[in-house]
Amino acid sequence: MKKIKKIKIKVNGNFKSVEFNTTLLKLTKNLKIPVKKVAIELNQEIVDKKLLNKIKLKKNDKIEIVHFIGGG
Amino acid sequence: MKLKNDKLIISNKKFNSRLIVGTGKYKNLLECAKAVKFSGADIVTVAVRRVNIINKKKPLLMDFIDPKKITYLPNTAGCFNSEEALRTLRLAREIGGWKLVKLEVLGDKKNLFPEMIETLKSTEILAKEGFKVMVYCNDDPLMAKRLENNGASAIMPLAAPIGSGLGIQNKVNIKIIRDQTKLPVIIDAGLGQASDATIAMELGCDGVLVNTAIAKAKKPLDMAIAFKNAVIAGRQSYLSGRIDKSLMGFPSSPKEGII
Repeated sequence: MKKIKKIKIKVNGNFKSVEFNTTLLKLTKNLKIPVKKVAIELNQEIVDKKLLNKIKLKKNDKIEIVHFIGGG
Repeated sequence: MKLKNDKLIISNKKFNSRLIVGTGKYKNLLECAKAVKFSGADIVTVAVRRVNIINKKKPLLMDFIDPKKITYLPNTAGCFNSEEALRTLRLAREIGGWKLVKLEVLGDKKNLFPEMIETLKSTEILAKEGFKVMVYCNDDPLMAKRLENNGASAIMPLAAPIGSGLGIQNKVNIKIIRDQTKLPVIIDAGLGQASDATIAMELGCDGVLVNTAIAKAKKPLDMAIAFKNAVIAGRQSYLSGRIDKSLMGFPSSPKEGII
């Protein structure tokens, strides 16, 4: 059986291991992220949410997913 | 002018209420949503933070306050330099096309006074990127003027330090800031009770922004109503034109016909 290659990434400051070639869309689905209510940064660059399924994750990628919370 | 037709206008957008409320520091999101409703506010400030990817069941603000009905005003609370503030607001815009934002670049962790040099720099960049920037600033007329020149959409001087509840400390400066600009002036931060909002409105300010004074009141929902009424009272009082001040007394009853 072929072993699935995994890579380490960082999501919101937490290390996470995902399958090689995972797209950002798949990651958001796995994390149950309501994409319409968030903004996503990949290595400090804002990601166009329409392109989530085209962006493949690489080793050591840093992803930030933010939303609105209560504030003054 | 009838109060009904008296709107708060920010970047050509009209709002019925002159009270903007913050959504932080409430016991829970339900209480927050109720307070917003009772306050009558059309605009609420919100913060941009990381999604909790570990506890996915944590309730979302958007599930309690509908951004289609209430205008979200994303802030940059917690940012201490221009880079952080710009990054935060660019992300906020990405969440759902928000262009109306509250810029707040802090300079001191204890008094939370604004770092005006970074604030001025950020205002200029954001305005050039098409943001409508409502700017938290000192009660300093010269800085307020510079913000206007740098493309701000609203000037938001502090009444006193954020969360201090001290009320307006420098009425003269606030009045000067109000009188020198065509932009809306909204008192942001430092109010403690409803009458502070009335004073701000009577000075001619276009609105007030309140968070802690409502959220941390013993009865937040009642305080939300109190602030709503205080802002209306202050605005109506301002529009009605107060009497001149005098050091001497003038009787209210006619002198003629005294027995």
